[in-house]
Amino acid sequence: MNATLHLDDVTRVHGSGPTEVHALRGVSFRAHAGELVAVMGPSGSGKSTLLTLAGGLDTPTAGRVVVDGVDLAALGGAGRARMRRTSIGYVFQDFNLIPALTAAENVALPRELDGQRSRAARKAALAVLEEVGIPELADRFPDEMSGGQQQRVAIARAVVGERRLILADEPTGALDTDTGEEILRLLRARCDAGATGVLVTHEARHAAWADRVVFLRDGVVVDESGADPVDALLEPGMSR
Amino acid sequence: MSVKQALLALLEQGPMYGYQLRVEFETRTGSTWPLNVGQVYTTLNRLERDGLVAGEGVDDDGHVVYRITDEGRDEVAAWFTTPVARTQPPRDELAIKLALAVTVPGVDVGTVIQRQRTATMVALQDYTRLKRAGRAANPARPDDMAWSLVLDSLVFVAEAEIRWLDHCEARLRRAVRTAENTATFEAGQPREVNR
Ligand SMILES: Nc1ncnc2c1ncn2[C@@H]1O[C@H](COP(=O)(O)OP(=O)(O)OP(=O)(O)O)[C@@H](O)[C@H]1O
Ligand SMILES: [Mg+2]
Repeated sequence: MNATLHLDDVTRVHGSGPTEVHALRGVSFRAHAGELVAVMGPSGSGKSTLLTLAGGLDTPTAGRVVVDGVDLAALGGAGRARMRRTSIGYVFQDFNLIPALTAAENVALPRELDGQRSRAARKAALAVLEEVGIPELADRFPDEMSGGQQQRVAIARAVVGERRLILADEPTGALDTDTGEEILRLLRARCDAGATGVLVTHEARHAAWADRVVFLRDGVVVDESGADPVDALLEPGMSR
Repeated sequence: MSVKQALLALLEQGPMYGYQLRVEFETRTGSTWPLNVGQVYTTLNRLERDGLVAGEGVDDDGHVVYRITDEGRDEVAAWFTTPVARTQPPRDELAIKLALAVTVPGVDVGTVIQRQRTATMVALQDYTRLKRAGRAANPARPDDMAWSLVLDSLVFVAEAEIRWLDHCEARLRRAVRTAENTATFEAGQPREVNR
């Protein structure tokens, strides 16, 4: 079985000449259906870079990013945008909510853009807002919510609908320990139901909900804990 | 660990015999701090000698049943209202190992840290799996909640260890960079002087 997400020897260099920054240096990474993988590492080690590449929000300087068997580079801008609306849920480190839309509208937006009727999209949005524990805030605007509440709206937006790949960049940074754990329970449940999850976090306690924990440092994978799922071991010709 | 106070606190629920006490203790704390039955009986003997528990006689199956005395109740109340002493931290093998690793020549501290972090992360993943499944996942009864909170404690301790290891790694890396810069700076000094 192939991985839902596959980064193959990926390098990302920002800028050039003396200001050149190697954010990732030849990273190979895989995440399978049903698997939650955590990425940890010091600030600046390349975690967000890895996630934006996986989500098709950025393109690698070298190497390939393959989602659901499709090379994102071959997909083109429009194709990547469609994939982001339908198959990829992304929780941004800085939430990225649309200020002019309410919580429910923010969550419903990707479904509506994808052609779902607004009533159905709102219903789905309300259901996930309930799951993240803020059903009563559906009609509030982002600037009327606390940081932790906004973060939960951002999470709801990323998990609404049948996303096969959920990418979350520090999704618990603004949450207290108990609420953070509820969010991990939610991500874990989505993965147990067949989604693929990648979670960037500074908190080992949250990373421990993952099947595997990958440690990045200076743009390189330095260590990994936890077992690969059995089917990954059967993948021929793909060394870790 | 305070076996004495723990057993007394359990006897607040009602009279019990040694094996029962051990089972009740482990229902709340898992097998994290295993108690052997021998230890339980020795402690009960000492508690009886000190007047904190009293033998209630023998039940139908021949078990010696103990109940808590008024002095015992006072002891439990005092235990719950007094914070656990932090003046003498328990011996921490990892802290000692790292303290030696940074000073003994020829030890690759980076590798020591990395291996430990992976091992602690694996333990943390195991605790989390226990939290996700079984009694701790949906603590309906008080003793399930007790066990779930004990697991949380193990989780937070492991997390603190990983944070500390990250911190050590970052500090050591910075120290190396500073040392390199200082060396370059010092190497540059004579040239400055000669100019
Ligand atoms: N657009 C950019 N232009 C130049 N450099 C960048 C850009 N984006 C990221 N970088 C650099 O790439 C490196 C990796 O950044 P990245 O955001 O992936 O780190 P991170 O691991 O997510 O850190 P944090 O934990 O602080 O979020 C950093 O050195 C960063 O300064
Ligand atoms: Mg980041």
